[in-house]
Amino acid sequence: MRATVLGAGVAGLCVATDLAARGCDVTVFDPAPRPGPHGCSWWAGGMLAPFCEGETAEEPVVRLGQEAADWWERQGVAVQRRGTIVLTFGRDRRELDRFARRTDGHVQVDADGLAALEPDLGGRFERALHVAAEAHLDPRAALIHLRDRLEKAGVAFAAEPGRVEGLTFDCRGLAARDALKDLRGVKGEMAVLRAPDIRLNRPIRLLHPRFSLYVVPRGDGLFMLGATQIESNDRRRSVRSALELLSAAYALHPAFGEAELVEIGADARPAFPDNLPRLSRRGDTIHVNGLFRHGFLLAPALARMAAEAACDGTRPEFWHEDHC
Amino acid sequence: MRLYGIDIASRLMLGTAQYPSPDVLAEAFRRSGAGIATVSVRREAGGERAGATFWDLVRDLGVTLLPNTAGCHSAREAVTTAQMARELFDTSWIKLEVIGHADTLQPDPFGLLEAARILVEEGFNVFPYTTEDVVLADRLLSAGCEVLMPWGAPIGTGLGLTNVYGLRTLRAQFPEVPMVVDAGLGLPSQAAMAMEMGFDAVLLNTAVAKAGDPAAMAEGFARAVEAGRLAYQADPMEPRDMAAPSTPVIGKAFLT
Repeated sequence: MRATVLGAGVAGLCVATDLAARGCDVTVFDPAPRPGPHGCSWWAGGMLAPFCEGETAEEPVVRLGQEAADWWERQGVAVQRRGTIVLTFGRDRRELDRFARRTDGHVQVDADGLAALEPDLGGRFERALHVAAEAHLDPRAALIHLRDRLEKAGVAFAAEPGRVEGLTFDCRGLAARDALKDLRGVKGEMAVLRAPDIRLNRPIRLLHPRFSLYVVPRGDGLFMLGATQIESNDRRRSVRSALELLSAAYALHPAFGEAELVEIGADARPAFPDNLPRLSRRGDTIHVNGLFRHGFLLAPALARMAAEAACDGTRPEFWHEDHC
Repeated sequence: MRLYGIDIASRLMLGTAQYPSPDVLAEAFRRSGAGIATVSVRREAGGERAGATFWDLVRDLGVTLLPNTAGCHSAREAVTTAQMARELFDTSWIKLEVIGHADTLQPDPFGLLEAARILVEEGFNVFPYTTEDVVLADRLLSAGCEVLMPWGAPIGTGLGLTNVYGLRTLRAQFPEVPMVVDAGLGLPSQAAMAMEMGFDAVLLNTAVAKAGDPAAMAEGFARAVEAGRLAYQADPMEPRDMAAPSTPVIGKAFLT
């Protein structure tokens, strides 16, 4: 079967990977030649944290997100399986209880338990949650890896859609708003810091009544801070969000105050009104979109479903009957 | 309930921030029958009206919209935000918030009054988010506000009515003025209490949006608001110290 994939973000690359694995003859179109700052996947945290996301996300995110770490590992991407730590400051301790009530897969650890897992946070927090079955990856390395691997496997990449044969998989994210009217942008802002004095083994989530912060270690003293969630299509990096992220990081560990500010980024992520991804078909085009803040977490499951729908004629879980 | 000449069927007003998804937000409105939705313009108002898609979703709720100046810390900022909101939502209604304190987010009474005067002058229908202070309320009314929105407790705390005496005094002082208890409510019982005290409506956001099941909590609040209003209209009994049986005991036949 011949297939065309529009868009080489995390959705497009995962779909191309699953189609190629099924023996399809795949061509990927994207105006940009390589993964980079033009796509919102570039700004992702790379957390594979289905249980933590369950705090606010719907059940399919928790269930299907558990496929993600294995999928990425099968593609040869380095996946760190060290879990997640969830914390609060003393006066917000009830936030931790609420989080614990609404999520699964965690154990409570006390100050000593936390110090054993994350020595640099020892003595700073009374208790925390350890979500052992979660993982994280470097999203930029993962995108580049997928792209190179596809190219080696004979998948063609081109800037302009040429002659299209067979099915088209539209994975253009927010750019597909021309076709998907209820797609909207949800802005996320992030920062990258270099703090060689701090060692963290796994992503840390800090719960706070006003904002939430996560810190993902990227190795080599680099840490990614994320992420705001604002109902907006806009990509501007705002002072207010930077202040929130940086001051939360500083409160988590004062040594972040001495860190080098490497990067501040922002992008708008495509989401449908239920914040769940969707597959829908119009003619010979299958739309794969709406990954919201769950790109690296749900793209593997969505890619599997897209391939199943195309090759096996199934109507997978995220299939959305389109009446447009 | 009539606010600035508009009849509003429900005495429950809901904010539109912090829900898990727009679908959950819409479901909360459906189940609660809330009549007014407040919407924040400030943070989302990026270049090229970047928040427009979300605002369309809010418009689709089919309820009266009350844009707010949430997050403004000065009169000037609030006035600018109100002007922007009037353009975006084509309404002269504005919930005026001027925050005076970073930790408690309590209103800045001076900035609030200043902004209210300017906005009334510019033809806005101002809904000031205020404290329970009677003197400030009087000045806001003199400035041309026809509705008051006293707080129950600081925004997002869920503490309920922290100054019952102050709220009672405010209610008694201006019996004809529509008053909406805004902010700080965490439970339906607290909303019922505000309604029993004779407040005209309640406005809340976090208590619903951050509940495990926002739509169920929204319905819970709607029922409490209705119960509280009925109780107020029914003229409740006065509490008394002496027990009084509801059926007479003297003269009753007894066999044992």
